[in-house]
Amino acid sequence: MSERFFPDSMPQPMADATTLPWWQAAAEHRLVVQRCTACQHTRLPPAPICSECRSTDADWKEVSGRGEVYTYTIVHRPIAADQELPYVIAVIALEDAGGVRIISNVVDVSPDVIAVGLPVELVWEDMSADLAIPRFRPRRP
Amino acid sequence: MSRPKAHIVGVGESAYARWGKIGDVTEHALACQAIQRAVADAGLSLDDVDGLASFAEDRNEAIFMAAELGLPALRFANMVWMTGGGGGCAAISNAAMAVETGQAEVVVVYRALCQGQFFRFGTGGMDASAPPKPEPPTVQHANSLFLASMGFAIPYGLLMAAAAYALPTRRHMHLYGTTSAQLGHIAVTFREHASRNPRAVMGSRPMTLDDHQASPMIADPHRLFDCCLESDGACAVVITTAERARDLAKGRVEILASDQGAPKGYAFGPFTNANIADDLYATGACEEMAGRLWGKAGLGPKDVDVAQIYDHFTGCVLMQLEDFGFCARGEGGPFIESGALSWHGGSLPTNTHGGGLSEAYIHGLNHVVEGVRALRGESTSPVENAEVCLVTSGACVPSSAVLLGKT
Repeated sequence: MSERFFPDSMPQPMADATTLPWWQAAAEHRLVVQRCTACQHTRLPPAPICSECRSTDADWKEVSGRGEVYTYTIVHRPIAADQELPYVIAVIALEDAGGVRIISNVVDVSPDVIAVGLPVELVWEDMSADLAIPRFRPRRP
Repeated sequence: MSRPKAHIVGVGESAYARWGKIGDVTEHALACQAIQRAVADAGLSLDDVDGLASFAEDRNEAIFMAAELGLPALRFANMVWMTGGGGGCAAISNAAMAVETGQAEVVVVYRALCQGQFFRFGTGGMDASAPPKPEPPTVQHANSLFLASMGFAIPYGLLMAAAAYALPTRRHMHLYGTTSAQLGHIAVTFREHASRNPRAVMGSRPMTLDDHQASPMIADPHRLFDCCLESDGACAVVITTAERARDLAKGRVEILASDQGAPKGYAFGPFTNANIADDLYATGACEEMAGRLWGKAGLGPKDVDVAQIYDHFTGCVLMQLEDFGFCARGEGGPFIESGALSWHGGSLPTNTHGGGLSEAYIHGLNHVVEGVRALRGESTSPVENAEVCLVTSGACVPSSAVLLGKT
């Protein structure tokens, strides 16, 4: 099991048939974005149709997990039992994902360091044997 | 060829209280009370009402409300999309369309909230004191598109609106240098308006900028006083045809124009969507809608005498002021600091009731009520000779707005 940052009591993701493959890839520690095979437009969350060319053909592109903080909030109220406060929710602009951003957390970071533009890297948190959540931490040199 | 425009002819509300303080009355009883008062204010009877509209998944379904109220017939019932307060003015718009096209003659728009009896918005429905479930965490089945979308937010703890709308506000601060003190001016101004309004939940509690800056951080940059109240209460608005409105004694207000919706790819906005277009992210996403609204009315920002701006969070007010063209993009902070929003001498007197920040959070339908009062000369913070009032609903979600005109 990986390092833990959040307690088991955190809200659990919900998925339907369109989004479940994304979570299955996450369970294997693969961060993916959905890519239209007709026009190469990438998207997240997954959707049944390309918003740009309306093709329904798509595949999954694995990305590096490098990126930078696009925006963030430092949250001082718990939503789950035994949660460490404060915690950082951020939008991460992914580096090699066709411009796609992802909502996540920045962990291992002091509130003084968090800033828009901060370079970050992916760190997986295994919440259980079949649930892994992608989080981010300041990029190490 | 344009049809005669629908009019608002009555407004009413229950008493407003802090969340959980109305426990002895059901939410639908509160809705009935607000509707009765609004209909009486219009000089009408419930026997005249043949349509009902609400928004934000109002629990008090029109078919049951119509039966409880003894409406002779329910000819029009409408519920706007699900994203909370963004649907308030859209419900007004839909009611106006109904009466303008003859689907109904008198439509009441209502919204009732008893958060203590259901769930408190600020918690996102989570109980932070609940122990973890014994089963290991896993991916749950999403039985709606909304829940599948929330799957990309809640595992990160993004469940509170205060955190969700902190994201675009922080980006705005990064891009334009907007400050917490500038946001504080919004909260302080609206509190001052509330202090003049006996209906306001926070009317007896003055606030200074220092109070704002000393209030606890909830989700940076949102301090407690940047967040709207969590309230119990109900209000209602009666809409009818221009022809019918002419026969009614009380001051009627014309719905000059209305518009609703979201820009391309917006979905639920920053709550679940990290991929909002870059030039749209640090905005209220109301700019396109504002353009359509001004176009329909043949008016512009300079024609607005008083505004009721949806204020779930101070940053969202600031971004809407830019969206609607009251100041340039990025200039919201200095615009607010100039005192523009004050009822007394401001260039754009705003939220003369105290808003969701200080009167009550009834998902913004109370902003429509106040818009009507402002043009009737009934506001407790009156703006002299006010002829045009902008009312907005939402921002940072699919949104709506109406322009009201004195008749």
